[in-house]
Amino acid sequence: MIKKSLAMAAVAGLVVAAPAIAEARDQIRIVGSSTVFPFSTAVAENFGRSSDFKTPVVESTGSGGGMKLFCSGVGTQHPDITNSSRRIKESEFSKCTEKGITITEVKIGFDGIVLANSKTHAPFALTKKQIFLALAKEIPVDGKLVANPNRLWSDIDLSLPAERIEVLGPPPTSGTRDAFVELVMESAAKQFPEIKALDKAAFKAAAHSVREDGAFVEAGENDNLIVQKLEANPNALGIFGFSFLDQNADKLQGATVGGVAPEFENIASGDYGISRSLYFYVKQQHVGTIPGIKEFVAEFTSDKAWGDEGYLTEKGLIPLPEDDRKAMMKSANGMSPLSM
Amino acid sequence: MTDSTARVPALRRADLSEQRLKRRYAAEKRFRFYGLAAIFAALAILGLLIGTIVLNGHTAFVQTHLEIPVFLDPEVIDPEGNGDPGALRRADYQGLLKKSLRERFPDVSGRRDRIKLYGILSNGAGLDLRAEVQADPSIIGTNQTIWVKSSDDIDSLVKGYIDRDLPEGDRRVKDNEIAWIDALEADGGVEKQFNTTFFTAGDSREPEQAGIWGAAVGSFFTLMITLILSFPIGVLSAIYLEEFAPKNRWTDLIEVNINNLAAVPSIIFGLLGLAVFLGVFGFPRSAPLVGGMVLALMTLPTIIIAARAALKAVPPSIREAALGVGASRLQVVTHHVLPLALPGIMTGTIIGMAQALGETAPLLMIGMVAFIVDVPGGVTDPATVLPVQIFLWADAPERAFVEKTNGAIMVLLAFLILMNALAVLLRKRFERQW
Repeated sequence: MIKKSLAMAAVAGLVVAAPAIAEARDQIRIVGSSTVFPFSTAVAENFGRSSDFKTPVVESTGSGGGMKLFCSGVGTQHPDITNSSRRIKESEFSKCTEKGITITEVKIGFDGIVLANSKTHAPFALTKKQIFLALAKEIPVDGKLVANPNRLWSDIDLSLPAERIEVLGPPPTSGTRDAFVELVMESAAKQFPEIKALDKAAFKAAAHSVREDGAFVEAGENDNLIVQKLEANPNALGIFGFSFLDQNADKLQGATVGGVAPEFENIASGDYGISRSLYFYVKQQHVGTIPGIKEFVAEFTSDKAWGDEGYLTEKGLIPLPEDDRKAMMKSANGMSPLSM
Repeated sequence: MTDSTARVPALRRADLSEQRLKRRYAAEKRFRFYGLAAIFAALAILGLLIGTIVLNGHTAFVQTHLEIPVFLDPEVIDPEGNGDPGALRRADYQGLLKKSLRERFPDVSGRRDRIKLYGILSNGAGLDLRAEVQADPSIIGTNQTIWVKSSDDIDSLVKGYIDRDLPEGDRRVKDNEIAWIDALEADGGVEKQFNTTFFTAGDSREPEQAGIWGAAVGSFFTLMITLILSFPIGVLSAIYLEEFAPKNRWTDLIEVNINNLAAVPSIIFGLLGLAVFLGVFGFPRSAPLVGGMVLALMTLPTIIIAARAALKAVPPSIREAALGVGASRLQVVTHHVLPLALPGIMTGTIIGMAQALGETAPLLMIGMVAFIVDVPGGVTDPATVLPVQIFLWADAPERAFVEKTNGAIMVLLAFLILMNALAVLLRKRFERQW
């Protein structure tokens, strides 16, 4: 028992030393979305290299996880900035406000979600409605919702190949999946009067449920994995972020959606229908306490970073239109508070 | 029964023993074949795994460099002419390199083409030049030829990962870039050199500037904390339970719980770390200190179980002999039992450490899955560890990170093999048979 209590004392000693460690921090801490992670880290690295501040630490926690950490309070043990691949929710905002946090919202650009297949196969030309009919758990047939009977693409539309429907996509924990469901499944569901007529909860259930009979395969959070599986299986279609298509243009081709190809210009102009906005949120109370936050925001919103030819576009970010950029830069650098 | 068979010998069946024997031999042969097949299958899979990793990863250890003749313009580097180190640090070295490229390919015009041309260099190439100048400021004002890193796309091209025969639109590297590289190569200005950056730098978003040193140092600090905490606690617990504790229901309960803890999924320890070390004690996020504490909790059961097995293997006669000549029970343990059990304890500890070295899940919860450029200088600095670095690179969209990922896996495997070899060596060298 003496030895045990000795061990306890050692641990207790560490605990006493802890507050001294936790107090000082001279490094920006960023948490949040794994989609924004590649952009946030690129800015962090350039910021660390070109300024006298330390390079910020960027954690990839997912949008929801990041918000939770971000809104847990003011103080050096809490992060200064959170990235998000969707806008802050009202519930999250009120939680933040309760803790006395004032937020500045910065919209940084767009991310396209693409459906792509191997180049050894003919390219797909789809519409959102067709994607819904291929992937929804239940679809309306003769005015009633029934379990999705479509086995082949040609069951949906004769213009599509007579091949088994096989789509690899992200699991429900992923932000890409959330965005895909919202931008494709929900918007397509609204085109069916039978589903549109449902009450709110039933509509959500019908629009958000993806089939589980093998036509849709959850391939994991790692987009590179989906890319590899598509190479190995030319009959499959994959759902992932635009930057992965951009990097693997020699092996994969994007399906057109509603006649628009998933290309940089089309996503930037908003013609391509499946794109979402990316954000980061700054805790104003930490500006001035943690050195470099203002300068980091200035770096992120500078033309050499998020401009049309900035280093972030090289990483796959689709920039905002120029006027929006200017307005956003002003409000970001002025730290204008967000209200909802 | 026996006398009935004796009475009616005519009913005796034909002698089948030979057939039975044959069957038994055949069964044994089959069994041996299955066993061999299983081992060969395992070896083949292992070979395939390591083969793919080495095949994809060996190129991570070299990096394409381009030879650029550059005039180290004193106007740019040291406008005051006083060799001020601050000015030397801030000067636009990338600009000097860009100017050299413009002079080398004078017919490249137009903004887009120029940007493409500058893009064949790594955007960290200026740092290479800066290092040269800082090492020897006397070269300012002279013409030098220096080797600088190429960008990751050019690196992939030179390493043969990009198929030149594809249509231009499908390639990351365009025709004019290939022409420039071919021109440089014709002059002997393209070379694959040993990638020191990979072993000396922290993480980076640019594949050619990314290194594993930051993660390796993070792993070192984390494992140090793990060892410092788990080894003494584990060994003391094992000694107490094995040598001193009475055998009753309480010690049984503790024993069962230790065995259970050894099988708890590691992410649970991460959750505990998040709730207790970060939540209650307020330790900093992403610190090797917390990572080490979490991993110590995880390795403790392994060490306790290994140490108890090692203590149990010391024959009782040694204890009895020591007690017989008047040693106290503490003396029996510290003078005789512990030294004899130490090789076994060490082996168990090293294997526990190797396990901790490969762990990522518990570190996810305490913020060690993060992008960290600076190499950590202490146990409270933000840090990441080798397996997390591999995880992050595997997720990166840039194709050039594939080889870095595999290269980092090779380094991690080398560490694991080294640690396990050390464990085997210790066992072989110091183990005693009674």
